[in-house]
Amino acid sequence: MNDILDPLLLSRWQFGLTTIYHFLFVPLTIGMAVVVAVFQTAWYRTGRAHYLQLTRFFGRIFLINFAMGVVTGIVQEFQFGMNWSNYSRFVGDVFGAPLALEGILAFFFEAAFIGIWIFGWDRLPKGLHLASIWCVSAGTIMSAYFIIAANAFMQHPVGFSMNEAKGRAELTDIWAVLGNKVALAAFPHTLFACFMVAAAVIISVAAYHLARNQNLETMMPALKFGMWTMLAAGALTVLTGDQLGLTMVDTQPMKMAAAEALYNTATGKDASFSIFTLGTPDGVHELFSIRVPYLLSFLSTHTFNGTVEGINDLQAQYSQVYGPGDYKPIIWVTYWSFRWMIALGVGAVLVSLVGLWLTRKGRFPTQRWVWRIATWTVPLPMAAMIVGWIFTEMGRQPWLVFGLLKTSDGVSPNVTGVEVLISLIVFTLIYGSLAVVEFRLIKKVAQEGPAAPAEVDEETGEVKHEVTVY
Amino acid sequence: MDLPVLWFAIVGVFFVGYFVLDGFDFGVGMSLPFLGKDDTDRRVLINTIGPVWDLNETWVIVAGACLFAAFPEWYATMFSGFYLALLLILAALIARGVSFEYRHQNKHLEWKRRFDLMIIVGSAVPSFLWGVAFGNVVRGIPMDAGHNYTGTVFDLLNPFALLTGVATLLVFFTHGVVFVALKTEGEIRARAKRLATRAGVLTIVVGAAFLVWMAFVRSTPTSIVLSVVAALALVLAVLCNAWGKEGRAFTLMAVTIAAIVLAMFTAIFPDVMPATNDPANSLNVYNASSGSYTLTVMSWVALIFVPLVFAYQAWTYWIFRKRVSRAHVTQAAH
Repeated sequence: MNDILDPLLLSRWQFGLTTIYHFLFVPLTIGMAVVVAVFQTAWYRTGRAHYLQLTRFFGRIFLINFAMGVVTGIVQEFQFGMNWSNYSRFVGDVFGAPLALEGILAFFFEAAFIGIWIFGWDRLPKGLHLASIWCVSAGTIMSAYFIIAANAFMQHPVGFSMNEAKGRAELTDIWAVLGNKVALAAFPHTLFACFMVAAAVIISVAAYHLARNQNLETMMPALKFGMWTMLAAGALTVLTGDQLGLTMVDTQPMKMAAAEALYNTATGKDASFSIFTLGTPDGVHELFSIRVPYLLSFLSTHTFNGTVEGINDLQAQYSQVYGPGDYKPIIWVTYWSFRWMIALGVGAVLVSLVGLWLTRKGRFPTQRWVWRIATWTVPLPMAAMIVGWIFTEMGRQPWLVFGLLKTSDGVSPNVTGVEVLISLIVFTLIYGSLAVVEFRLIKKVAQEGPAAPAEVDEETGEVKHEVTVY
Repeated sequence: MDLPVLWFAIVGVFFVGYFVLDGFDFGVGMSLPFLGKDDTDRRVLINTIGPVWDLNETWVIVAGACLFAAFPEWYATMFSGFYLALLLILAALIARGVSFEYRHQNKHLEWKRRFDLMIIVGSAVPSFLWGVAFGNVVRGIPMDAGHNYTGTVFDLLNPFALLTGVATLLVFFTHGVVFVALKTEGEIRARAKRLATRAGVLTIVVGAAFLVWMAFVRSTPTSIVLSVVAALALVLAVLCNAWGKEGRAFTLMAVTIAAIVLAMFTAIFPDVMPATNDPANSLNVYNASSGSYTLTVMSWVALIFVPLVFAYQAWTYWIFRKRVSRAHVTQAAH
């Protein structure tokens, strides 16, 4: 495993890095599409110019981000075949279907209507043009469902049977795959987290301008909108996260045990949740911890005297069922990613709570630190999402498809370490340099602020000179 | 209904869609240094495909996903076997895609030139490498009994595959330049028409060589007929362009590309990935495909939704049917 040219290790790093990178753009795309659609709808219904300004302003940020989401998404699909050909052979019959559905139903839809929305300002009636951004949003949300359903199959395989002759899983019930309880729990959790990311972008951008006393007429309503959205989306993310946790205990108890680094099965008061732990590097012995009694029991079973299975017991069980082997994920990764996910998410909600209090009834805080913190809201939910996915995927290890296929058995047998090293370097270089350009561009556009109100024909309400071209 | 055969056809149709549609995007991208005399010209060129390039690129995502779902073995063998070629294609598609979005974000000419270069290279590389990849599919690759590619990247760069790459590059280039003639007006339209004639003649020569060679590499009566159709359509397209019938020329170029892709698919059928070392190791539509339940589900989805997809995509092209002019791009702020 320590060999630097181990194709398995390199492929895992590559998939992890490219997925995290791709997922920097996806939640913003999903969340922003709705935000832009809401602003445009407000403009359509009220005709107030500042809603149009907000639509176009956040639309620009949305589009810079959208392009990156699209191009990095192709990499994700290709990698299954390129780096994980044995995985593709093993699950293609099941896993391919949601991806194909995603392509035919969602990707075409969003790609067609995004073009219509960007370039259609002067070519379509206002209502139809508004409908196009809602279509984009519907496409992004549909695609999120399909990809989460595909992922849910890896967490909790359902709706299939094993074809021993061909050595692969075969689909027997598409509705079971699409209605996988893990997908039903993970989808709303992910979706609301996407709205948190979009809300954070609005808060950050608005705070930047308000701190400088500029663009008050657009940015103050934007700030309020962002904070309320954050609060609502945050609350819903917590509630759906709770449901996802219960599903996880049910389907992947090892993941929950690993989230708490709970080695020995515990009941009731002993099933405590540690907020912070210092221990030996392998995590087996703890030196110091701050614990909330009963909490892990409550999170896992919704009762205070429930029993939560520990890693050691599960390891023994799995060894019996699946044969000898190590069935533990890397505990420090699951333990800390789970905590950071919660801490960062709660931090983002706190920003909005404090912000709403400070700006209540038209108040305008003057302390600089308030605005500085608000300007830096974006990294909180974004990082929370990333560590959340790291937890989800690392917590499944050593399985690639839980109980069916190990990660080490999924890698392409004929792709060499050198080839994967080359691709890893290429992706790192391209993604790294694009990240710099992307960040600068979004920053520049965000700092420029909304353009002056568009010229509106007072009689017809038609917008003049709204021609968009590259 | 023989479902694996049906899905072989559907995957073929998706690749036809991809190469016909993104093919002219690639051609427009590659034409920047030839047709874009100044920044306004280059903006005109990019705006001919502005509203549709992303949609067109989506065809490869859908084609890939359908390949994965309907023929997991084919997908796994091809994508792992062509690892470095696909890496380059991905890098190029990324560079091209972001450049369309980034180039107009800054008014400095130096900034724009950098992204122009990325568009040109990002269009040329996939045009060539997709040809190389499919040339190797037709020619076959060495595979072990587990259908894993056993050759190296250099084996993929054989003369036939390289010629296929040059042929697809030239076909896409001509296709794109004809599209520019169809979608622009004034001086740039005239320049595009002249360039299409010159590029078209070269494409006919190389394309004919490729089609003849392919007939010797692998062929069936159907693939021969389709190759002849491709050749005739190409010659007619170049003639129509010279006569100023841009719409017809463009349609004929689309027919050319469709016929070439279908000729390749029918040449290998019922194989999907012939093995050059041992025919027993070949992948065909039956041993590479998913089970009948999966294919049935997907057939229903395709039957219901693909016509809808065609309809709204056609509507997109209808909305943006107007020619793009210099005045059009300069009057818009950005």
